[in-house]
Amino acid sequence: MKILTGKVIKYDIENIDTDVIIPGPYLKIHDHKELGKHSMEGLDPNFSSKVNKGDFMVTGKNFGCGSSREHAPIALHESGIQAILAPSFARIFYRNAVDGGYLLPIEIEQDIVKKIEDRDELEINLNENKIFNKTQKEEYLIKPFPELISKIVSAGGLINFKIEEQN
Amino acid sequence: MGMNITEKILAKASNRTKVSPDDVVIANIDKVMIHDVSGPGVIKVFELWENKGIKLDKLYDPEKVWISEDHFVPASDKVSANNISLLSKWSKKFNVKKHYKYGLGQYGICHTLSHEEGLILPGELYVGGDSHTNTSGAMGALAVGLGHTDIAYVLMNGKIWFKIPETILFKLSGKKPDYIMAKDIILKIIGEIGTDGANYKAMQFSGDVIEKMSMEERLTLTNMTTEAGAKNGIIEPDNTTYGYLKSRTNEKYTPVYSDVDAEYSEIYSYEIGDLEPIVAKPFSPKNISVARELQGIELDKAYIGSCTGAKLEDLRNAAKIMKGKKVKIRTEVLPAAQSIFLKAMKEGLVNTFLEAGAIVGPPTCGACCGAHMGVLAKDEVCISTTNRNFPGRMGHVESKTYLASPLVVASSAISGKITDPRDVD
Repeated sequence: MKILTGKVIKYDIENIDTDVIIPGPYLKIHDHKELGKHSMEGLDPNFSSKVNKGDFMVTGKNFGCGSSREHAPIALHESGIQAILAPSFARIFYRNAVDGGYLLPIEIEQDIVKKIEDRDELEINLNENKIFNKTQKEEYLIKPFPELISKIVSAGGLINFKIEEQN
Repeated sequence: MGMNITEKILAKASNRTKVSPDDVVIANIDKVMIHDVSGPGVIKVFELWENKGIKLDKLYDPEKVWISEDHFVPASDKVSANNISLLSKWSKKFNVKKHYKYGLGQYGICHTLSHEEGLILPGELYVGGDSHTNTSGAMGALAVGLGHTDIAYVLMNGKIWFKIPETILFKLSGKKPDYIMAKDIILKIIGEIGTDGANYKAMQFSGDVIEKMSMEERLTLTNMTTEAGAKNGIIEPDNTTYGYLKSRTNEKYTPVYSDVDAEYSEIYSYEIGDLEPIVAKPFSPKNISVARELQGIELDKAYIGSCTGAKLEDLRNAAKIMKGKKVKIRTEVLPAAQSIFLKAMKEGLVNTFLEAGAIVGPPTCGACCGAHMGVLAKDEVCISTTNRNFPGRMGHVESKTYLASPLVVASSAISGKITDPRDVD
């Protein structure tokens, strides 16, 4: 897997739920670009003007709890987020992010969330399961993807992946 | 060691004799559901796949697929009307017969139709394009919510990957006090374990409280396992389950039960004899208090609706409190399915609500997810029988929602303030 680089947009908040990632009234929208415009609207109305393509979001635990709406990872992906770094993720959000191939849910320890600052520049190496913080000149470990998840991530989503061969 | 019911259903569905937590299996799916939000999302996935050269020619089995129109019904605007129209064309094209359309006989919230119509049966592996699919676990099925891509994959191939979850067993014992409902029990549990307390895990309920509990009340428990992050909530089937299904379906099924030496990652024991009515404060279902500690909090609205809190017994309990009284705040009652609406009419419950001054609306997810039909204004405060109270969940991001049982919500509607049903004159 390639090495990812980008800057951090940080929300040091736990349990960021799908209702704030993409509020209920937008559930009827299925145009991906349009969903991107409303990403994180329930938490930070200025999000879309702050975020840049290729940014990493760093947040507290249980990111994406709540509904099964795939609108959530779609909106974040369309707004430019390439990976989310958090101590844990809600299970459906995690599946949707990986199986849809929208963005990477990367698990890191709670103390690393505290160390990383907003707008830090990171280099994420998924082959070695390491993050290098170019701004603070620090290295952190990430929790490796389970084998199946790693394969789906490498394939770019479930559709490019032959699930039958795994059984 | 043996397996618990969740493991046994996943073992059967993946043609294995034994599975253990953290194993990854490819499982065959017995039933699939989409609705007017996830359905168009799934259709969009098929469009994207077709652009990549992977075309959906037919569904793996149209008989195993069913569709609900529930979130934006009656169509709230042109966009939602187009979604519903798109869904109708799609179900016709792919020969899905079980499409419950509003204004055309039985329809309602998907997690209510699933039991009202006997669509999901003991021992089955069921996936739905909605997080509260967990509800159907009360039927002794393994019921799991998935997103659009996963559901699209299932519709095409009839199978999907699962990681075998660890299971937490909740043993509920004691005599249920008057005015306590399943909603109080599940809020108490979520308050204790938190909104990620069962993340990636199964929540299984057992004990003498469950044995005596009605089917509809069991459904409230499993419904809100989603709020603890659970992959599924499940209750082993028994005579209550079989009796409930008897009048609803002729479809055959094979019940699955946990082995006597099944393993659980954790076991919680709850004695509910002293439980008091519970309310979850804004902005999380885990943010609980006993209702009496919140008495006096002024409200603008009471909402009795959703898959969690507008089943027939929910409406009966609310009507018991409201009979012969007048509401002091805006009160909305939306039965969760057409069949329940009809029964509520025949039992006189709808008269009770209307005479009390409430409005009674059509089945819809509506304001529960802040979509339409009664959403909250800035600074408005609502008490609701629904399942979530995140910021903006039921309307404006600066509105507030308290979650409670139908008894507490009805009592609060009568007084205009948060009220314990034991304190209603």
